[in-house]
Amino acid sequence: MALAKQHRVLPGFGLSMGCTLVYVGLIVLLPLAALAWKASGIGVAGLLHLLATPRTQAALKLSFGGALAAALIDASFGLLVAWVLVRYRFPGRRLLDALVDLPFALPTAVAGIALTALYAPNGWLGQAFDAFGVRIAYTQLGVGIAMVFVGFPFVVRTLQPVLQSLDRDMEEAAESLGARSSQIFTRVVLPMLVPALLTGFALALARAVGEYGSVIFIAGNMPMRTEIAPLLIVQKLEQFDYAGAAALGVVMLGFSFAMLVALSLLQRWSRRWAEVSP
Amino acid sequence: MNAIVLPRTSMWPRQLQRALLILVAVAFMLVFLLLPLAVVFTEALAKGAQTFVAAITQSEAWSSIRLTLLVAALVVPLNTVFGIAASWAMARFAFRGKALLGALIDLPFAVSPVIAGLIYVLLFGAQGWFGPWLDAHGVRIIFAVPGLVLASIFVTLPFVARELIPLMQAQGSEDEEAARVLGASGWQMFFRVTLPNIRWALLYGVLLCNARAMGEFGAVSVVSGHIRGLTTTMPLEVEMRYNEYDYAGAFAVASLLALLALLTLAIKSLLEWRYGDELAAHAPGSR
Repeated sequence: MALAKQHRVLPGFGLSMGCTLVYVGLIVLLPLAALAWKASGIGVAGLLHLLATPRTQAALKLSFGGALAAALIDASFGLLVAWVLVRYRFPGRRLLDALVDLPFALPTAVAGIALTALYAPNGWLGQAFDAFGVRIAYTQLGVGIAMVFVGFPFVVRTLQPVLQSLDRDMEEAAESLGARSSQIFTRVVLPMLVPALLTGFALALARAVGEYGSVIFIAGNMPMRTEIAPLLIVQKLEQFDYAGAAALGVVMLGFSFAMLVALSLLQRWSRRWAEVSP
Repeated sequence: MNAIVLPRTSMWPRQLQRALLILVAVAFMLVFLLLPLAVVFTEALAKGAQTFVAAITQSEAWSSIRLTLLVAALVVPLNTVFGIAASWAMARFAFRGKALLGALIDLPFAVSPVIAGLIYVLLFGAQGWFGPWLDAHGVRIIFAVPGLVLASIFVTLPFVARELIPLMQAQGSEDEEAARVLGASGWQMFFRVTLPNIRWALLYGVLLCNARAMGEFGAVSVVSGHIRGLTTTMPLEVEMRYNEYDYAGAFAVASLLALLALLTLAIKSLLEWRYGDELAAHAPGSR
């Protein structure tokens, strides 16, 4: 640290670094240490017992499986929307572009009750689906829809800058060599978008796994069927099972951490790609 | 992935292909994003304007609004100062463990809001690390306002720093070094050079931080204890009314939060259109 100081004319390293470390230490590290400490209280046997409980398994399966499916839908439609917003000019484009961020800006509880009202059997969309015998609210389908909602902006916002900076020369070259537009997309454009697409997918996935507010209302929270893992943590806390809640939290955090690592690896890869390409 | 929409495009005129893609994109966004927003306002006014006004002028509604504003008024300045300090350290100096610090700053984005609340319960709750000591000294953090503030600080911690770090890295430090060489003091340099250079990105970060602080649900729900009039922020008031089957009341408060979201989006878009170059990497996914 002293080394950094000597080589710079810029002041404030000690002050800014000190503030940052104290703040991150108190707000992030200390509470996480408490989590690890509480979770370790139930021991390996306790953790295995917790993970072997059918209800825990069902909740984890729903949270992770639902998030995976939702992130896949987000990736497909996010790619389409990003493409349309970047490549085409049409009336209302800017409004549509601003609307992409709605799931970021809308408080999750508001999104939750709105989605429930929309997809409930007597709701605008729920009625239509009900006519075909499809139930959305209070089923796993509803959980998935809420997860799609919260994850959607991540894919679009990760893809947009990459699409914007894409060199069109290669597409034109492919076209002049006789490639069909579907070929151009799958052979030329898509490979260049894959790193960003994966990053957006991972972000949407991580968000959907941990999502609480927008899911619990539309889920109906039936044990074994529509109960998500974060809700299980809340219930354990309400029963004063702090150790169990902490252990479940650590399990979920482990996944989030793996996501972050994968994400930074992906970014390193995509950055390397960006340097190699002209 | 787009095989669905691009099967035999070469046969079609370009225009048709374009129109079809736009149509599908717009339809998806209308159904998945705009409809839920429309439902909020429709449901809020479903029982007439009088019910709406009565619902948002109840004393519980007012105290939840006051509490939400109070929490944001504490959280946003703290995270703004932190964000500036962290980005100065991260973007202007080389030090060991920089990647780790960056990951720690990002961590709250990757953590479930429920876990964000949980970790403070484990720290300050009745059975937590400091629980017994706090109890003996008559200090309440969990199920009280300090807990709401702490949980909100955690979930909104990265917003300002994440806006500023990539921007300051891209801008480089030539301006600031020049100011120093010409004799400016550290604080003069900061207020006259650094701050003007980052002001729009800073405003952008503060805006997003504020929106999340006011709208946070999961984390505050865990630490709140849902004591009406004392520890219920607006999102929690929405939840409580909804669970009491007071749908009109729940959507009335929800519509205020939705208005806040729309206002946030409007200012955000305005900043992007006018000062896009000065915001640089503002996409949430780009770090």
